[in-house]
Amino acid sequence: MLGFAIVLIVIISSLFAPFIAPSDPNQANRPNRLQPPGSPGHIFGTDQHGRDLFSRVIFGARISLFVGLVTVLIAGTIGTVVGLFSGYFGKWLDSVIMRLVDVWLSFPFILLALIINAILGMGLRNVVITLIITGWVIFARLVRGEVLALKNRDYIQAAKALGQSELKIIFFHILPNVFTPIIIISSLQISQIIIAEATISFLGFGVQPPTAAWGNMLSDGRNFLFNAWWMATFPGLALAFTALGLNLFGDWLRDTLDPKISK
Amino acid sequence: MQRYLVKRIFQMLIVVFLALTAVFFMQFLAGDPVILLLPMDATFEEIAEMRERLGFDDSIFVQYFRFVSRALQGDFGPSLRHPQTAIQLVLSRVPATLELALIAVVVSLLVAIPIGVISAAFRGSWFDQVAIVVTVFGQAVPGFWLGIMLILFFSVTLEWLPTGGRGELNNLILPIITLTAFYAARFARMTRSTVLDVLNTDYIRTARAKGLSERRVLYKHALRNASISIITLLGLQLGQLLGGAVVTETVFYWPGLGRLLVQSLLNRDFPVVFTGVFFIALVHATLNLAVDLFYLVVDPRISYD
Repeated sequence: MLGFAIVLIVIISSLFAPFIAPSDPNQANRPNRLQPPGSPGHIFGTDQHGRDLFSRVIFGARISLFVGLVTVLIAGTIGTVVGLFSGYFGKWLDSVIMRLVDVWLSFPFILLALIINAILGMGLRNVVITLIITGWVIFARLVRGEVLALKNRDYIQAAKALGQSELKIIFFHILPNVFTPIIIISSLQISQIIIAEATISFLGFGVQPPTAAWGNMLSDGRNFLFNAWWMATFPGLALAFTALGLNLFGDWLRDTLDPKISK
Repeated sequence: MQRYLVKRIFQMLIVVFLALTAVFFMQFLAGDPVILLLPMDATFEEIAEMRERLGFDDSIFVQYFRFVSRALQGDFGPSLRHPQTAIQLVLSRVPATLELALIAVVVSLLVAIPIGVISAAFRGSWFDQVAIVVTVFGQAVPGFWLGIMLILFFSVTLEWLPTGGRGELNNLILPIITLTAFYAARFARMTRSTVLDVLNTDYIRTARAKGLSERRVLYKHALRNASISIITLLGLQLGQLLGGAVVTETVFYWPGLGRLLVQSLLNRDFPVVFTGVFFIALVHATLNLAVDLFYLVVDPRISYD
């Protein structure tokens, strides 16, 4: 439940960011630059442009959650459909798709994401597209494995004998039975995607300044380690806190929903 | 066995070939390579002349076969930003990455396996509880942030260790801690869950009934059988580490393959990027094959006939 509480805090912070943040996250205030945490009006201090770090961390949660949720929703849908067809129809379709998945997985995830992002160009929209292109394979492989185990069950054979169409069998009889693993992997993937977005932005691709994203804030903070430790510390803490919450939530979901484990 | 080996090598070659094909098409997605080779103020005639000279006027099939035949000889063309060829640059960075990856994997295993085994043996104990919390944290904390925090504490505040670079033993400590935190957590969780599964089997009960010491049951019987999952994860992680230490190498200015690839991407030096990516895919596929073959050594029950 700790995971759920953390996730709830992050969701509320991002939804109500304009009400929680004490100031505009992009408003520069030169005379106020590099103020330490606890200075008047700046609980987390200020950055090299005098912007309030707490406001930027709160607004950064919006970017992270947006990227995490949208990517997992779209990549999950694509991967699920591909996995359903691959597993159900098998034969050459399955061979082709699985070799494609093998090739995809033979490139390190973050490197592939960086290359695609460099090709597509920077910015929030392209980060989401990049992570969808790299993220769907996990869902495809998972769903395909589940379908292989399900497709020879009696109730599927019965549906076939009753003359139901292949599409109806796939979407009405198989899909509902692979929903649990999809939900579990989705919750765990959101944290992976959020960290991936931060990594891409940290390395100079992805979401660009002045938009407040945890990754580019960490990149800025790294350049001021010797005179402003807080600039790298707080965005990173927010990122780690969110990832931890999502992982704990995902583990709890798995323990609760997976009958093999909850036994 | 021989048939399986031939089949597996054939599958590996298909994956490598498809990776090479993916790299070929990535080149075109990255924009006109000729424009990247020429200065910004190049005239239309200069662009046309360069395009013809490099063969970009040929049909896509001709270009593809030329690319594949050159790649098979290790020729991926020149770097756009360095005097060396792309393959020379990539190979020159491999030793640094290999050094980091191998040490990180060995340290991770040395830390993780005892933790995983003890956690499983004393399930629910205080040690197990602490280990679970630490491993959950280890997997959640982003590597690049942990790296920055280590620099902040050990290099900036205490001034004990260098902030980056390569050459001395001191330079290795922080990058290795950064990588080990994540990988040791992952290995420890995997070891704990597989050893727990194995401890519930009949042959472990038999071993205990025979009066074997608990240490012998754990390390000789349980761990040996749990090692299949650990080796699988090890093979996959080593493949990821060889290319995926991108972030750690960047944070610590480690002159390895990952950092070269990030710099090349920022400079849009795509021949180097694609060579590096192909190299990593090749290593990954080879490691997968090696893992499959290693199963035979570890578990005599596995037969591929």
